[in-house]
Amino acid sequence: MEQTSNVVVQPVDKNKIRGIWKIAGILAIITAIEYVFAFTMDAGLLRNVIFVGLTILKAFYIVSEFMHLGHEVKGLIYSVILPMIFIVWLIVALVELEGGAVKSSRGIVDYNPASSEQVDDSH
Amino acid sequence: MATTATVGNKSLWAGGVAPLKASYGKLMMWFFLLSDAFTFSGLLIAYAFIRWSAPAYKGNPDDFVFSTEYWPIPEKVYDAFPGVHGQEWPLVFVGLMTFILILSSVTMVLAVEAGQRMDKKGVVKWMLWTIIGGIAFLSCQAWEWAHFISGSGVATIGDVFINGRWVEDYEIMGAGLSFNQYGPPAFAALFFFITGFHGFHVLSGVVINIITFFNAANGMYEKRGHYEMIEKVGLYWHFVDLVWVFVFTFFYLI
Repeated sequence: MEQTSNVVVQPVDKNKIRGIWKIAGILAIITAIEYVFAFTMDAGLLRNVIFVGLTILKAFYIVSEFMHLGHEVKGLIYSVILPMIFIVWLIVALVELEGGAVKSSRGIVDYNPASSEQVDDSH
Repeated sequence: MATTATVGNKSLWAGGVAPLKASYGKLMMWFFLLSDAFTFSGLLIAYAFIRWSAPAYKGNPDDFVFSTEYWPIPEKVYDAFPGVHGQEWPLVFVGLMTFILILSSVTMVLAVEAGQRMDKKGVVKWMLWTIIGGIAFLSCQAWEWAHFISGSGVATIGDVFINGRWVEDYEIMGAGLSFNQYGPPAFAALFFFITGFHGFHVLSGVVINIITFFNAANGMYEKRGHYEMIEKVGLYWHFVDLVWVFVFTFFYLI
Protein backbone atom coordinates (compact mmCIF):
# COMPACT_ATOMS: atom_id res chain seq x y z
CA MET A 1 0.00 0.00 0.00
CA GLU A 2 2.95 2.38 -0.41
CA GLN A 3 1.39 3.98 -3.48
CA THR A 4 -1.76 4.88 -1.61
CA SER A 5 -0.03 7.10 0.94
CA ASN A 6 0.09 10.10 -1.42
CA VAL A 7 -3.61 9.97 -2.35
CA VAL A 8 -5.35 13.12 -1.21
CA VAL A 9 -8.96 12.68 -0.15
CA GLN A 10 -10.90 15.83 -0.97
CA PRO A 11 -13.29 17.18 1.66
CA VAL A 12 -17.01 16.53 1.38
CA ASP A 13 -19.03 19.18 -0.43
CA LYS A 14 -22.09 19.44 1.83
CA ASN A 15 -24.18 21.23 -0.82
CA LYS A 16 -23.61 18.42 -3.32
CA ILE A 17 -24.70 15.76 -0.80
CA ARG A 18 -27.75 17.85 0.09
CA GLY A 19 -28.60 18.13 -3.63
CA ILE A 20 -28.48 14.33 -4.03
CA TRP A 21 -30.88 13.80 -1.11
CA LYS A 22 -33.11 16.57 -2.46
CA ILE A 23 -33.52 14.67 -5.75
CA ALA A 24 -34.24 11.49 -3.76
CA GLY A 25 -36.91 13.42 -1.83
CA ILE A 26 -38.47 14.68 -5.08
CA LEU A 27 -38.61 11.10 -6.42
CA ALA A 28 -40.27 9.91 -3.19
CA ILE A 29 -42.83 12.74 -3.30
CA ILE A 30 -43.73 12.04 -6.96
CA THR A 31 -44.23 8.35 -6.09
CA ALA A 32 -46.44 9.37 -3.13
CA ILE A 33 -48.53 11.56 -5.48
CA GLU A 34 -48.91 8.54 -7.80
CA TYR A 35 -50.28 6.54 -4.86
CA VAL A 36 -52.75 9.32 -4.01
CA PHE A 37 -54.09 9.20 -7.58
CA ALA A 38 -54.14 5.37 -7.54
CA PHE A 39 -56.40 5.28 -4.47
CA THR A 40 -58.60 8.34 -4.91
CA MET A 41 -59.24 8.53 -8.65
CA ASP A 42 -61.26 6.12 -10.80
CA ALA A 43 -59.38 4.33 -13.56
CA GLY A 44 -59.59 5.95 -16.95
CA LEU A 45 -57.67 7.67 -19.70
CA LEU A 46 -57.07 10.83 -17.67
CA ARG A 47 -55.57 8.89 -14.74
CA ASN A 48 -53.35 6.91 -17.13
CA VAL A 49 -52.11 10.15 -18.69
CA ILE A 50 -51.33 11.52 -15.20
CA PHE A 51 -49.43 8.32 -14.30
CA VAL A 52 -47.36 8.38 -17.50
CA GLY A 53 -46.68 12.11 -17.06
CA LEU A 54 -45.45 11.63 -13.49
CA THR A 55 -43.36 8.63 -14.62
CA ILE A 56 -41.65 10.71 -17.29
CA LEU A 57 -41.02 13.41 -14.66
CA LYS A 58 -39.35 10.79 -12.43
CA ALA A 59 -37.36 9.50 -15.42
CA PHE A 60 -36.20 13.06 -16.11
CA TYR A 61 -34.80 13.45 -12.57
CA ILE A 62 -33.09 10.04 -12.61
CA VAL A 63 -31.49 10.52 -16.04
CA SER A 64 -30.66 14.20 -15.65
CA GLU A 65 -29.31 14.20 -12.08
CA PHE A 66 -28.46 10.63 -11.00
CA MET A 67 -27.06 9.64 -14.39
CA HIS A 68 -25.59 13.13 -14.75
CA LEU A 69 -26.82 13.49 -18.34
CA GLY A 70 -28.10 17.01 -17.63
CA HIS A 71 -24.51 18.10 -17.00
CA GLU A 72 -22.99 16.52 -20.13
CA VAL A 73 -22.43 18.33 -23.44
CA LYS A 74 -25.45 18.98 -25.68
CA GLY A 75 -24.32 16.45 -28.30
CA LEU A 76 -24.45 13.58 -25.81
CA ILE A 77 -27.79 14.74 -24.40
CA TYR A 78 -29.41 14.80 -27.83
CA SER A 79 -27.89 11.52 -29.00
CA VAL A 80 -29.59 9.83 -26.05
CA ILE A 81 -32.85 11.80 -25.89
CA LEU A 82 -33.73 12.05 -29.60
CA PRO A 83 -33.94 8.26 -30.25
CA MET A 84 -36.11 7.90 -27.15
CA ILE A 85 -38.50 10.60 -28.41
CA PHE A 86 -38.99 8.57 -31.60
CA ILE A 87 -39.63 5.49 -29.42
CA VAL A 88 -42.37 7.39 -27.55
CA TRP A 89 -43.93 8.22 -30.91
CA LEU A 90 -43.80 4.52 -31.82
CA ILE A 91 -45.41 3.57 -28.51
CA VAL A 92 -48.30 6.00 -29.02
CA ALA A 93 -48.81 4.81 -32.60
CA LEU A 94 -48.71 1.07 -31.80
CA VAL A 95 -50.63 1.08 -28.54
CA GLU A 96 -53.25 3.78 -28.95
CA LEU A 97 -53.96 3.61 -32.69
CA GLU A 98 -53.02 0.06 -33.71
CA GLY A 99 -54.17 -1.57 -30.47
CA GLY A 100 -57.52 0.21 -30.65
CA ALA A 101 -57.94 -0.71 -34.32
CA VAL A 102 -57.16 -4.39 -33.67
CA LYS A 103 -59.59 -4.43 -30.76
CA SER A 104 -62.48 -3.01 -32.78
CA SER A 105 -61.76 -5.03 -35.95
CA ARG A 106 -61.69 -8.29 -33.95
CA GLY A 107 -64.93 -7.30 -32.26
CA ILE A 108 -63.41 -7.53 -28.75
CA VAL A 109 -65.84 -5.95 -26.27
CA ASP A 110 -65.27 -4.90 -22.69
CA TYR A 111 -66.89 -6.78 -19.81
CA ASN A 112 -69.65 -4.95 -17.96
CA PRO A 113 -71.44 -6.95 -15.24
CA ALA A 114 -74.32 -4.45 -14.99
CA SER A 115 -75.43 -4.91 -18.58
CA SER A 116 -73.54 -7.59 -20.46
CA GLU A 117 -75.44 -6.66 -23.63
CA GLN A 118 -73.99 -3.20 -23.73
CA VAL A 119 -71.10 -2.72 -26.13
CA ASP A 120 -68.65 -0.17 -24.84
CA ASP A 121 -65.43 0.14 -26.74
CA SER A 122 -64.73 3.75 -25.94
CA HIS A 123 -61.75 4.32 -23.66
CA MET B 1 -21.10 22.73 -31.65
CA ALA B 2 -20.16 24.26 -28.34
CA THR B 3 -17.39 21.69 -27.85
CA THR B 4 -15.23 22.96 -30.73
CA ALA B 5 -14.81 26.37 -29.14
CA THR B 6 -13.35 25.02 -25.92
CA VAL B 7 -10.95 22.67 -27.65
CA GLY B 8 -9.43 25.61 -29.48
CA ASN B 9 -7.03 25.02 -32.36
CA LYS B 10 -6.61 21.31 -31.68
CA SER B 11 -8.16 19.13 -34.34
CA LEU B 12 -11.04 17.05 -33.07
CA TRP B 13 -10.24 14.27 -35.52
CA ALA B 14 -6.55 13.85 -34.77
CA GLY B 15 -7.07 11.68 -31.70
CA GLY B 16 -6.42 12.44 -28.08
CA VAL B 17 -9.75 14.21 -27.69
CA ALA B 18 -12.72 12.58 -26.01
CA PRO B 19 -15.73 12.97 -28.28
CA LEU B 20 -18.70 14.56 -26.52
CA LYS B 21 -16.30 15.20 -23.62
CA ALA B 22 -17.14 11.79 -22.20
CA SER B 23 -14.56 9.03 -21.82
CA TYR B 24 -14.69 6.03 -24.12
CA GLY B 25 -16.08 3.76 -21.42
CA LYS B 26 -18.83 6.12 -20.34
CA LEU B 27 -19.85 6.85 -23.93
CA MET B 28 -20.08 3.15 -24.74
CA MET B 29 -22.09 2.57 -21.55
CA TRP B 30 -24.52 5.26 -22.69
CA PHE B 31 -24.95 3.63 -26.09
CA PHE B 32 -25.40 0.20 -24.51
CA LEU B 33 -28.05 1.64 -22.19
CA LEU B 34 -29.78 3.25 -25.16
CA SER B 35 -29.94 -0.13 -26.93
CA ASP B 36 -31.13 -1.76 -23.71
CA ALA B 37 -33.84 0.90 -23.47
CA PHE B 38 -34.96 -0.14 -26.97
CA THR B 39 -35.27 -3.75 -25.78
CA PHE B 40 -37.37 -2.76 -22.79
CA SER B 41 -39.44 -0.45 -25.00
CA GLY B 42 -40.17 -3.41 -27.26
CA LEU B 43 -41.35 -5.46 -24.30
CA LEU B 44 -43.47 -2.65 -22.89
CA ILE B 45 -44.97 -1.96 -26.33
CA ALA B 46 -45.95 -5.64 -26.61
CA TYR B 47 -47.47 -5.48 -23.11
CA ALA B 48 -49.39 -2.25 -23.72
CA PHE B 49 -50.60 -3.40 -27.15
CA ILE B 50 -51.98 -6.69 -25.79
CA ARG B 51 -53.45 -4.93 -22.76
CA TRP B 52 -55.08 -2.21 -24.87
CA SER B 53 -56.70 -4.65 -27.27
CA ALA B 54 -57.89 -7.04 -24.50
CA PRO B 55 -61.39 -6.82 -22.99
CA ALA B 56 -61.40 -4.41 -20.05
CA TYR B 57 -63.47 -4.66 -16.87
CA LYS B 58 -66.04 -1.85 -16.92
CA GLY B 59 -68.04 -2.65 -13.80
CA ASN B 60 -67.78 -1.30 -10.26
CA PRO B 61 -64.23 -2.00 -8.95
CA ASP B 62 -65.66 -3.12 -5.60
CA ASP B 63 -67.55 -6.00 -7.28
CA PHE B 64 -64.49 -7.13 -9.27
CA VAL B 65 -63.83 -10.87 -9.45
CA PHE B 66 -60.99 -12.58 -11.31
CA SER B 67 -61.87 -14.12 -14.65
CA THR B 68 -59.90 -15.41 -17.61
CA GLU B 69 -62.29 -13.44 -19.86
CA TYR B 70 -61.06 -9.92 -19.14
CA TRP B 71 -57.95 -8.06 -17.96
CA PRO B 72 -57.70 -7.76 -14.14
CA ILE B 73 -57.50 -4.54 -12.12
CA PRO B 74 -53.82 -4.49 -11.00
CA GLU B 75 -54.40 -3.41 -7.41
CA LYS B 76 -56.72 -6.41 -6.95
CA VAL B 77 -53.87 -8.72 -8.00
CA TYR B 78 -51.00 -7.17 -6.06
CA ASP B 79 -52.56 -6.70 -2.62
CA ALA B 80 -50.49 -9.12 -0.53
CA PHE B 81 -47.76 -8.38 1.99
CA PRO B 82 -45.41 -10.90 3.68
CA GLY B 83 -46.79 -11.99 7.06
CA VAL B 84 -50.19 -10.38 6.48
CA HIS B 85 -52.97 -12.86 5.83
CA GLY B 86 -56.59 -12.23 4.93
CA GLN B 87 -56.12 -8.50 4.52
CA GLU B 88 -55.90 -6.42 1.37
CA TRP B 89 -52.92 -4.11 1.25
CA PRO B 90 -53.05 -3.01 -2.39
CA LEU B 91 -49.73 -1.91 -3.90
CA VAL B 92 -48.02 -1.54 -0.50
CA PHE B 93 -45.43 -4.24 -1.13
CA VAL B 94 -44.53 -2.98 -4.60
CA GLY B 95 -44.27 0.51 -3.07
CA LEU B 96 -41.69 -0.87 -0.65
CA MET B 97 -39.77 -2.44 -3.56
CA THR B 98 -39.79 0.89 -5.42
CA PHE B 99 -38.55 2.66 -2.30
CA ILE B 100 -35.71 0.15 -1.85
CA LEU B 101 -34.56 0.52 -5.46
CA ILE B 102 -34.67 4.34 -5.38
CA LEU B 103 -32.68 4.33 -2.12
CA SER B 104 -30.07 2.01 -3.61
CA SER B 105 -29.82 4.44 -6.53
CA VAL B 106 -29.15 7.26 -4.05
CA THR B 107 -26.40 5.27 -2.31
CA MET B 108 -24.88 4.62 -5.75
CA VAL B 109 -24.79 8.38 -6.47
CA LEU B 110 -23.08 8.85 -3.10
CA ALA B 111 -20.50 6.15 -4.05
CA VAL B 112 -19.80 7.97 -7.34
CA GLU B 113 -19.49 11.25 -5.44
CA ALA B 114 -17.04 9.67 -2.98
CA GLY B 115 -15.06 8.27 -5.91
CA GLN B 116 -14.67 11.71 -7.45
CA ARG B 117 -13.11 12.85 -4.16
CA MET B 118 -10.78 9.77 -4.16
CA ASP B 119 -12.42 8.75 -0.88
CA LYS B 120 -11.85 4.99 -0.87
CA LYS B 121 -13.63 4.43 2.44
CA GLY B 122 -16.70 6.30 1.20
CA VAL B 123 -16.82 4.33 -2.06
CA VAL B 124 -16.56 0.99 -0.23
CA LYS B 125 -19.25 2.00 2.29
CA TRP B 126 -21.79 3.25 -0.26
CA MET B 127 -21.14 0.40 -2.70
CA LEU B 128 -21.89 -2.01 0.14
CA TRP B 129 -25.21 -0.25 0.84
CA THR B 130 -26.04 -0.36 -2.88
CA ILE B 131 -25.37 -4.11 -2.98
CA ILE B 132 -27.56 -4.62 0.10
CA GLY B 133 -30.35 -2.60 -1.54
CA GLY B 134 -30.11 -4.67 -4.73
CA ILE B 135 -30.22 -7.96 -2.81
CA ALA B 136 -33.19 -6.68 -0.76
CA PHE B 137 -35.05 -5.81 -3.97
CA LEU B 138 -34.34 -9.24 -5.47
CA SER B 139 -35.55 -10.94 -2.28
CA CYS B 140 -38.79 -8.93 -2.42
CA GLN B 141 -39.25 -9.93 -6.04
CA ALA B 142 -38.65 -13.59 -5.21
CA TRP B 143 -41.40 -13.43 -2.57
CA GLU B 144 -43.75 -11.64 -4.95
CA TRP B 145 -43.20 -14.22 -7.68
CA ALA B 146 -43.69 -17.10 -5.23
CA HIS B 147 -46.97 -15.57 -4.05
CA PHE B 148 -48.07 -14.84 -7.62
CA ILE B 149 -47.33 -18.41 -8.73
CA SER B 150 -48.98 -20.16 -5.77
CA GLY B 151 -52.05 -17.89 -5.90
CA SER B 152 -54.46 -16.76 -3.21
CA GLY B 153 -58.17 -16.55 -2.44
CA VAL B 154 -60.69 -18.60 -4.36
CA ALA B 155 -59.82 -20.45 -7.55
CA THR B 156 -60.95 -18.99 -10.86
CA ILE B 157 -63.12 -21.24 -13.06
CA GLY B 158 -62.12 -21.24 -16.71
CA ASP B 159 -61.49 -23.38 -19.79
CA VAL B 160 -57.82 -24.28 -20.10
CA PHE B 161 -55.62 -26.22 -22.50
CA ILE B 162 -53.74 -29.00 -20.67
CA ASN B 163 -51.72 -31.86 -22.21
CA GLY B 164 -53.01 -31.23 -25.70
CA ARG B 165 -56.73 -31.01 -24.98
CA TRP B 166 -59.23 -28.48 -23.69
CA VAL B 167 -60.49 -28.92 -20.12
CA GLU B 168 -63.73 -27.11 -19.35
CA ASP B 169 -64.52 -25.43 -16.00
CA TYR B 170 -61.05 -26.08 -14.61
CA GLU B 171 -60.25 -24.65 -11.16
CA ILE B 172 -57.28 -22.37 -11.80
CA MET B 173 -55.13 -21.55 -8.78
CA GLY B 174 -52.08 -19.31 -9.05
CA ALA B 175 -50.27 -18.41 -12.21
CA GLY B 176 -48.27 -20.31 -14.82
CA LEU B 177 -47.05 -19.50 -18.29
CA SER B 178 -50.05 -21.09 -20.04
CA PHE B 179 -52.90 -19.91 -17.78
CA ASN B 180 -53.46 -18.10 -14.49
CA GLN B 181 -56.20 -17.32 -11.98
CA TYR B 182 -55.97 -13.54 -12.38
CA GLY B 183 -56.85 -12.94 -16.01
CA PRO B 184 -56.13 -13.90 -19.64
CA PRO B 185 -53.07 -16.17 -20.18
CA ALA B 186 -51.05 -13.26 -21.57
CA PHE B 187 -51.40 -11.36 -18.28
CA ALA B 188 -49.15 -13.70 -16.27
CA ALA B 189 -46.90 -14.51 -19.23
CA LEU B 190 -46.11 -10.81 -19.73
CA PHE B 191 -45.67 -10.31 -15.98
CA PHE B 192 -43.14 -13.14 -15.78
CA PHE B 193 -41.27 -12.05 -18.88
CA ILE B 194 -40.99 -8.32 -18.20
CA THR B 195 -40.44 -8.32 -14.42
CA GLY B 196 -38.18 -11.35 -14.94
CA PHE B 197 -36.11 -9.54 -17.57
CA HIS B 198 -35.85 -6.55 -15.27
CA GLY B 199 -35.00 -8.78 -12.29
CA PHE B 200 -32.23 -10.37 -14.35
CA HIS B 201 -30.85 -6.88 -14.99
CA VAL B 202 -30.91 -6.22 -11.24
CA LEU B 203 -29.14 -9.53 -10.62
CA SER B 204 -26.36 -8.77 -13.12
CA GLY B 205 -26.16 -5.26 -11.64
CA VAL B 206 -25.65 -6.71 -8.16
CA VAL B 207 -22.92 -9.06 -9.50
CA ILE B 208 -21.14 -6.14 -11.22
CA ASN B 209 -21.52 -4.04 -8.06
CA ILE B 210 -19.94 -6.81 -5.97
CA ILE B 211 -16.98 -7.05 -8.38
CA THR B 212 -16.37 -3.28 -8.32
CA PHE B 213 -16.86 -3.27 -4.54
CA PHE B 214 -13.99 -5.74 -4.10
CA ASN B 215 -11.85 -3.90 -6.66
CA ALA B 216 -12.41 -0.63 -4.81
CA ALA B 217 -11.73 -2.24 -1.42
CA ASN B 218 -8.50 -3.76 -2.75
CA GLY B 219 -7.34 -0.33 -3.87
CA MET B 220 -7.36 -1.13 -7.60
CA TYR B 221 -9.06 2.14 -8.57
CA GLU B 222 -6.91 4.14 -6.16
CA LYS B 223 -3.80 2.77 -7.90
CA ARG B 224 -5.42 3.56 -11.24
CA GLY B 225 -5.81 7.15 -10.11
CA HIS B 226 -9.55 7.48 -10.73
CA TYR B 227 -12.86 5.85 -9.84
CA GLU B 228 -14.40 6.03 -13.32
CA MET B 229 -15.41 2.37 -13.14
CA ILE B 230 -17.77 3.25 -10.29
CA GLU B 231 -19.34 5.93 -12.50
CA LYS B 232 -19.88 3.46 -15.36
CA VAL B 233 -21.37 0.83 -13.07
CA GLY B 234 -23.45 3.61 -11.53
CA LEU B 235 -24.91 4.47 -14.94
CA TYR B 236 -26.01 0.86 -15.37
CA TRP B 237 -27.48 0.73 -11.86
CA HIS B 238 -29.50 3.94 -12.36
CA PHE B 239 -30.78 2.54 -15.65
CA VAL B 240 -32.10 -0.51 -13.79
CA ASP B 241 -33.88 1.87 -11.41
CA LEU B 242 -35.20 3.86 -14.39
CA VAL B 243 -36.67 0.76 -16.03
CA TRP B 244 -38.35 -0.18 -12.75
CA VAL B 245 -40.05 3.24 -12.65
CA PHE B 246 -41.69 2.40 -15.99
CA VAL B 247 -42.47 -1.24 -15.09
CA PHE B 248 -44.05 0.03 -11.86
CA THR B 249 -46.33 2.43 -13.72
CA PHE B 250 -47.39 0.10 -16.52
CA PHE B 251 -47.85 -3.09 -14.48
CA TYR B 252 -49.05 -1.91 -11.10
CA LEU B 253 -50.69 1.49 -11.53
CA ILE B 254 -52.36 1.54 -14.95
